[in-house]
Amino acid sequence: MEWIQQLINGISLGSIYALIALGYTMVYGIIKLINFAHGDVFMVGSFIGFYSITVFHLGFFPALIISMAACALFGVIIERIAYKRLRNATRIAALITAIGVSLLIEYGVIYIRGAQPEAYPDVFSNRSFAFLGAQISMQSILILSVSVVLMILLQFIVHKTKTGKAMRAVSHDTEAAKLMGINVDNTISATFAIGSALAGAAGVIFGVYYTKIDPLMGVIPGVKAFVAAVLGGIGIIPGAMVGGLVLGVVETVVSALGFSLWRDAAAFIILILILIFRPSGIFGKNTREKV
Amino acid sequence: MKKSKQFWLFIIAAILVYTVVQFYIANGTMNQFYSNTLIFIAINIILAVSLHLVIGITGQFSIGHAGFLAVGAYVSAIVTMKLDLPFFVAIIVGGIVAALAGLIVGIPSLRLKGDYLAIATLGFAEIIRIVFLNIDYVGGAAGMQVSHLTTWTYAFVCLVISIVVIVNFTNSRHGIAAISVRENEIASDAMGINTTYYKVAAFAIGSFFAGVAGALYSHNFYIIQPSQFGFLKSFDILIFVVLGGLGSLSGAVLSAILLTVVSTYLQGYPETRMIIYSLVLILVMLYRPKGLMGTMEITDYFKLWRTPKGGNQHGK
Repeated sequence: MEWIQQLINGISLGSIYALIALGYTMVYGIIKLINFAHGDVFMVGSFIGFYSITVFHLGFFPALIISMAACALFGVIIERIAYKRLRNATRIAALITAIGVSLLIEYGVIYIRGAQPEAYPDVFSNRSFAFLGAQISMQSILILSVSVVLMILLQFIVHKTKTGKAMRAVSHDTEAAKLMGINVDNTISATFAIGSALAGAAGVIFGVYYTKIDPLMGVIPGVKAFVAAVLGGIGIIPGAMVGGLVLGVVETVVSALGFSLWRDAAAFIILILILIFRPSGIFGKNTREKV
Repeated sequence: MKKSKQFWLFIIAAILVYTVVQFYIANGTMNQFYSNTLIFIAINIILAVSLHLVIGITGQFSIGHAGFLAVGAYVSAIVTMKLDLPFFVAIIVGGIVAALAGLIVGIPSLRLKGDYLAIATLGFAEIIRIVFLNIDYVGGAAGMQVSHLTTWTYAFVCLVISIVVIVNFTNSRHGIAAISVRENEIASDAMGINTTYYKVAAFAIGSFFAGVAGALYSHNFYIIQPSQFGFLKSFDILIFVVLGGLGSLSGAVLSAILLTVVSTYLQGYPETRMIIYSLVLILVMLYRPKGLMGTMEITDYFKLWRTPKGGNQHGK
């Protein structure tokens, strides 16, 4: 029965990774940039949620929505200031800029409020109930349902709205999309807004679930979410969801087997194996390189 | 003929710099703080130059250099502290083991390109760090005591050797092949260059010198811990290369000197230091993506100004 428990923990963790990975994969799909700052948007979202709950005494859902809106705005600002000029730059230049933005956000937050961690307030009762012998807390259920709702919403936006159609067109062929009259700049900004909003939501959920947040908390989940995105096939939205869940479950299983110190290594080993044996990911198609 | 003239000028300049600094240290004019800063500058220059070989010359974007630094630091510490062998043996062993680690990491991951390579090297560096974290023999998370053995002489000799080796590699057939890989991998493959071989060779040499720097680093700090070799250390090294100019050895040397001095003065304010570092990274990439020097060397500037003397080739 302990295995069901671990599976549920893994899925909860995995759905957080999946939410962050969605932002990575959408941005990568559209401008081929690994947005290293994405993990820090997640951290900022977590802090915005924290301050909305403690300072303004809001409930969980208003805090979640405020955090998502603020992160969407933040993501667009980052894109407009830092990444927009780099559309035609080399990949290395874009990657270094992303690393720079990431460090700037982390240490900017430390500079403003200090590096001390913060304990997330309890917004839900710690009630839990037994299911097949496993203890399922209300929080796990909440995390799962919020993630599922957000992912369905994302699928709806991407497949049923005009913005979503534009996003798919731009990621397929930027030049052709431009010729068809799509405003590429606005579409890219919209992608950043949606991805960052999901990261913000993940930040609040992470805070509620793990209760401890600090300014450098975004680094490791950020990199792991990237691993999840690569695992599922980068640029593919369902791939990011599946990749996140798989990674969360694998990590929990590694911890449960008694190798908790090796947990972080597991994600990177998966990454390297995937990159070496199937770089296009689980859902990716192999594309031939053209000269 | 001209190359060897430059070489001897460089050696003479290096001996002069060494003698002057050694004189002041022996004399007592230069106190512990300054001599330590100089040693630290030398270590950072070795790191910058070794990463320059991988990123600047071969064009392989590795952001896991701290992993090899960690290998060199830990292996050399084991050699001196546990096996009681002399320090120069530790430096050599540290370098060789780091180069082996570079081979092990490089052979699979150098098949990847661009972003994927960056992430894979980052992943390998983290794995190396986690491995050291889990080995009780080297103290785990608490770290390992290391006696202070790094002196100005050791640091400077290693610095000169690494610069000479990397300059000679760059100017050799192998270096030109590596540059062709940087410029266009597919084209150089089509010209019959074994691109994988040159990429792995450059990576292993870069790792070797990172390991040497690691040996100097660990014997300069009294204690080493896995947390010293995380992402941030890799980014510290990366910024030397990026700021100096991707492909410019003298640029990497100059920016290593500059940033080490700046960060020494900002030691009491680590956040400010990181904010300055990140702003420098962003601004350089937005307004001068080739870095301060581009692919130019200092000697190229001398040629531009048509000054007859072309000495002082590599900064200091």
